[in-house]
Amino acid sequence: MAIQTDFLKRTPYFSDLSLTDLDSVAKFFFEKKAERGEMFLLEGELDEVLYFVVSGVVKVLKTSAEGKEQILNIARPGDSFNDVAAFDGGPNPAAAQSMGSVVLYGIRKSNLEIILRDHPHVALNVIKILASRVRYLLSLVEDLSFKHVIGRIAKILLQYAGDGTGTGQRLTQQDMAAMAGTVREIVGRSLKTLEQEGAIKFDRHRIIITNKEILKKIMEAPS
Amino acid sequence: MNELPVIDPKKCNGCGLCVSVCQCGALVLIDNVVTLIATKECDWCIDCEAVCLTGALSFPFEIVIEES
Repeated sequence: MAIQTDFLKRTPYFSDLSLTDLDSVAKFFFEKKAERGEMFLLEGELDEVLYFVVSGVVKVLKTSAEGKEQILNIARPGDSFNDVAAFDGGPNPAAAQSMGSVVLYGIRKSNLEIILRDHPHVALNVIKILASRVRYLLSLVEDLSFKHVIGRIAKILLQYAGDGTGTGQRLTQQDMAAMAGTVREIVGRSLKTLEQEGAIKFDRHRIIITNKEILKKIMEAPS
Repeated sequence: MNELPVIDPKKCNGCGLCVSVCQCGALVLIDNVVTLIATKECDWCIDCEAVCLTGALSFPFEIVIEES
């Protein structure tokens, strides 16, 4: 298995390296494959590996003790994940699960440090990537801690509920996210919570409000 | 009624990520454009919608109040 240097060249990490330099760093990478649904990176474990998605899609997520899932990121081809653990040497801050068959390139912390020593300008790319992650995660923190998003979602559901004859307006999760001033990851989680609370249930393309009173209570709860 | 997801072929860039995450084999690329071939199999998991960067796929939900 040969690491494709043209793939590395397309990643934000190594786009500045010449093809000769890429040839010299390619030896530090290894290929990993995972099948659909495989949780190949576990939260809290010590792996110290930075991964790049070569093909397929990976879901980066955290799971609470009660089993509640929060998707932090969807990594597509060219994207990296587990950057934090690969740089600070700490436990993986989140788990990673393949959404279909995936091919990944991995690089260990010690080898990443060799590249950074030999090609210091790569560090500037790393700073930019980590800064954009911090910016995104800060907006997620804001949504999760300061906004009463679930109340807004409850309100949207009550507002747009039809009588089931198919004449009512249809909403995608992206529509609901735009209406509630959040991202679709938070909408997905809010809907799951409403389902667990017994306010709604899913029936394929339908969201059925099974308990209007619970939904109203959640809508009216102070933020 | 077999509700269908909405596909906008003009927005599809043919990347195939939606096909790679589809768990029920309902999606294929035909002439580099995503196409739904097995509507009955689609269980509205919306993974394909989540991975699509161009918004070519959308899965609208009908919101209904159940009479008790």
